[in-house]
Order: sequence, then C-alpha cells, then structure tokens
Amino acid sequence: MTDTRPDDTGRFGDFGGIYAPETLVPALAELEAAFTEAWSDPAFVGEYHDLLRHYVGRPTSLHLAERLSGELGVQVLLKREDLAHTGAHKINNALGQGLLARRMGKPRVIAETGAGQHGVATATAAARLGLDCVVYMGRVDMERQALNVYRMRLLGAEVVGVESGAATLKDAVSAAFRDWVATVEDSHYIIGSVVGPHPFPWIVRELQKVIGEEALAQLGGDLPDMVVACVGGGSNSIGIFHPFVETDVELVGVEAAGHGIESGEHGASISAGSPGILHGSMTYMLQDDDGQVVEAHSISAGLDYPGVGPEHAHLAATGRARYESITDEEALEGVKLLSMTEGIIPALESAHAIAWVAKEREALAGKTVLVNLSGRGDKDVTQISEMGLI
Amino acid sequence: MGAEALSELFDRTRTEGRLAFLPYLTAGLPNPQVSADLFAAMEAADGFEVGIPYSDPLMDGPVIQEAGRRALEAGTDFETGLRVVSEVKERTGKPVVVMTYVNVVQSRGVEQFAAEISSAGADGLIMADIPLEEALPLKAAVESAGLGMVLFAAPTTDDERLDRITSENPAFIYGVNDLGVTGERDEESGRGVTLAERIRSRTQVPLVMGVGISRPEQVAALKGIADGVIVGSAVVRRVLEAPDVDAAASALTTYTTEIATAL
Repeated sequence: MTDTRPDDTGRFGDFGGIYAPETLVPALAELEAAFTEAWSDPAFVGEYHDLLRHYVGRPTSLHLAERLSGELGVQVLLKREDLAHTGAHKINNALGQGLLARRMGKPRVIAETGAGQHGVATATAAARLGLDCVVYMGRVDMERQALNVYRMRLLGAEVVGVESGAATLKDAVSAAFRDWVATVEDSHYIIGSVVGPHPFPWIVRELQKVIGEEALAQLGGDLPDMVVACVGGGSNSIGIFHPFVETDVELVGVEAAGHGIESGEHGASISAGSPGILHGSMTYMLQDDDGQVVEAHSISAGLDYPGVGPEHAHLAATGRARYESITDEEALEGVKLLSMTEGIIPALESAHAIAWVAKEREALAGKTVLVNLSGRGDKDVTQISEMGLI
Repeated sequence: MGAEALSELFDRTRTEGRLAFLPYLTAGLPNPQVSADLFAAMEAADGFEVGIPYSDPLMDGPVIQEAGRRALEAGTDFETGLRVVSEVKERTGKPVVVMTYVNVVQSRGVEQFAAEISSAGADGLIMADIPLEEALPLKAAVESAGLGMVLFAAPTTDDERLDRITSENPAFIYGVNDLGVTGERDEESGRGVTLAERIRSRTQVPLVMGVGISRPEQVAALKGIADGVIVGSAVVRRVLEAPDVDAAASALTTYTTEIATAL
C-alpha cells in the first residue's frame, strides 16, 4: 500500500493544510507527534483495539440485506456501524482520541456535535476514560436532537448551546475551536470528523479506517462493485473507503441535497461547492463570491455542514471517488425503505446512502454494493414522527 | 505609503519613547455610510486596524463576532470594506492595516486582494487564522503590492519558531497577548508581557501586542518592551452599546484618549 499520510504541509494533494491561529500551531504539532508515536506503539494500539472489541462490540457485522436486495434488484451488503456502542461509528474516533488525550496528559476534552452522535460518543469515551468533557452543540440541533443532549448530560458531559450563525454544526465547530484556543494547555479537542487543520483529518481517518479494514476481511476477498457511504464531514465514508482506495472498487460518497441543489439549501460541498478554507483546511465548501461561508441545510443534523474533509476533496479532484447527493425527501424514503424491508431504522445521515442506491437501482442492477450503515435512527424518531412519515 | 508607512510609524514612536496605538474596528459598523466617522473619532490613534467582516471569525470572541454579524447584515461586502478603508485613509492620513480571515483573501486570489486593498489605501494585511507556514506562500504577493505583511507569535510559540517568524522580517509581529480569542479580560494573565520580553530579547522587528488588551494599565505594562498595542473588543463594544452614531463616536474619542495616556 502506498503511503497515504498527508504530505509535510498536511495536505492530501491540493487540500488540507494548517489554516489555524498561531496559538494552536504548537498544539497541532504536539498532537501530530503524539499520535505518530502512539500509533506505532503496540501498547496504545492494543488498548484501542481491546476497547473496540470488548467495549464497542467490534467487529460490527457485515451482511446481505436480503429483502432490500430483492426489492431493488441490487445485491446490497450492509456494514452495521449502527450496532457499535452508542449507535454509530463515531465511537471509534472518540475512544482513540480519548486515549490519546489521556496519554498526552490532557485531563479535559472538548467536542462539537451536530446530530449529537459524536457528542454522545465523546461523552461516553470521557466517562470510560475518566476525562472532563465539554460538548458544543448548535441550539437548533439541540432541539432536533433533544434525546442526545440528555444522553450526553447523563454521561457527565457539559453541553454548551451555540447561538451564533445558523446555530448548527458549523457554528459548534467554531465554538469548539474558540474554546481550544483558550484552553489548549490542558485540553484536547476531539474533533468529530475528518475535517479541521492537519493532523486532525489524518488522525480521524486512521481511527475510522477500522470500518473498511474489517469489511475487507469480512468480504473474504470477494470485493463488491461499489462502496457507498454518506458524507457530511466525511468520517464514516473515509473510514470505509480507505482500504478500498487501492482496489478497483467504485467509491461513491452521498452528500445532502437538502431541499434540492438548485434551491441553494443543501449540504453538498463537493457536488455544488468550490475550493476554499473552512475550519482549518483547504477543501470544497459552500461560499459566496466574497468568500463568506454559506449556511448548509439538511434534514439530518450530521450532514448539515458547509464543508467536507480534505481527503474527500482530494479523492473527488483526482476522480478516485465520486460524489452524488440525495434530498431530504429521498432520505426520508430511505429510512422507510430500510426499516420496512430489513427491520433496521437507519440514522437520517445513513439513509442518504440507502436512498441513493434505491434511486440508482436501474443503473446498479445485478451489482453488489456495500453500504456503510453509519448509525441507527433512534435519535431521529421524534423528528421523523413530527413530519408524519407514516 | 504601504509597508513604509508602518515602519515610519514605529521609527517615530520609538524615537518618541512611546507605544503606537492601533485600535481595531469592524468596517461597516453600525452601517457602511458612517463607518469611517467612527474611525476618525479615534483621534488619539496612530493608525487603524480595519476589520473586513467574515462569517466565521475563529479568532474572535462574542463582541467582534457580533460586530461582524451586524456589519454583514448591514450590507458590508468586500467592495464596501474597500470604500471604508479608503475613506479612513483620506480622512485621517494615518496607517491602515486590513484585518480579515484567509478565505476572504483566497476567494479573490491573494494578488488581486492585495492590489485592491493597496489601491484603496491600506498599508498592511493581517489574516487572523493563518500561522507562519500558510502565511509564507501569500507573503510575497502581499509585499509585491507594496503592503506590509503581519505575522503572528503567540504565548505558545517556542523560541525556535519565534526565530523563524522574525527571520521573515514582517511589517510587524502581532504578539498574541493571551491564550484564547479576542475579548476583554477581567484579569491580565501576564502571558503577554512574558511573550513580549521573549520576542524583544531576540529581535528588533516591530512588535505590536493585541488580544485581551483593554485597560490603560495593561498598555503601560508593555511600554518599553513592545512597539505598539491593538485594542479591539473594548472599542467595538462601545459601538455596539451606543444608542446612536454620535454617542458611539463620542464614546470612542473618550476611550481612545484614555488609552493614549498610557502609551
């Protein structure tokens, strides 16, 4: 396998870098050195994998979605990240970075959250590892995801509501960075996705690639034609794509088309954005002619983000992966479809991937498609029921 | 004009044995039409940091965030920001440094951005969210437009890195006076003086301290160490709190005069 670590400027091709205030740069360098060292230390890696096995319940299963496959005429395999402890893939990263924070002697961790899944995962890791935890969450998201707010508090985390901007994920990320600029000496920022200044996109990718590596092993050499995953910041998708990048398997990331790309209200940073600098990285983002960030929209809080991880930007620019999009309405149909055919209620985020396969079923007829089912939908049930889906 | 205006300013204040005072204010506040009036009201200033508002100001605390939000809502786009820069320059004749975030610069292309702010009358450029490594590729373009490039040093910056920053000979070093984002502090941490002394012991490149400075005694503590101070949130807050433009202007005149007594 070729070296897939970013270059010495922290870039994947043209994307990434360290666009952060000077105050944070020494901490980012310290973080890179600490993770590099930890990641080659069998004791650290062993503890991480031990937690994943016994605490998270990995490996998560990979199986054929039999009735869904029959319905669509497409062989659909599901990687069941929804079965991981706390209900989504986010725990892989939160535990890994929590262990790293402890190793670096930082007793306090900060996180941002959109749907609440990363916040819950970080609060969980902090409780398990004995760390103080503060989670920033947009006010709008706190309303959409009240259950997760309560879960975080129950786990001992302090949840801070963010009122600025659209009061969603982007604003929570900014608030978390602002906290970190002030507390960098004793705090570690557990960023929730493959975004942010280097080394975050690389660290989070390393901690999420377990998804793809497990899947590859579970497939036993029988590669699918395609791997499909939803993309907000892009951590579940990078996690499952990673070991497949060097194969011939087609990689498809599904972004949020919200009310439709043409409406301008969406979260499709790659499909409908342009290169720019957001939250520390050069990447694709939603912006106006003056470089002001444009608010994203998605029914799913986890995809409601105007940027995307720089490694995805690189995969898109080089043509190795392609990025499609699914509207709010289509995603809701995806929730219904998987629930009724498989008895699995997917997270609204993951439903974007399901919905895309369903939408493209004619083009995909007879093919085998591996879908990363990144999270379970319990958190979305109140929101969905209020919309009168059934 | 340009970078020279800044070096002349620091030469002068060094000769006079005092600090240069560079207050920050967001362009377009409370609206683009009267924005330059508020800069002109700060008569005791030696120059100005004019903020071009950005939607996601990572280095700014609640006061400057709110200012940026209001300025953007009042219709302050890039063109408006340029007009404010040129009005401030025309009315005061003092050095003007543009402060913004890197995406605002990158979205126009650094060459074009630098050329446009330079012809509007700016003398220097500060980008709050880039460290040395990402600043260097932009520095040549900024300097070719005749502007001074400002580089940051923070309390967390080690000596080896400080030497790399000073060896780039920026128009001035923006010394970050405290950890955290912009905003007034109830207590002075002392980190700023420590950093300023550390920088001064290594270089004679002009050093201007900012972030968390709002009181005369904080300014006085930097005298004889730094070359200047930036005061932002305390200025901006007075504008946000003022009932009208006249009240804002008069509050700024009073406040900046008070700061000037400590220079």
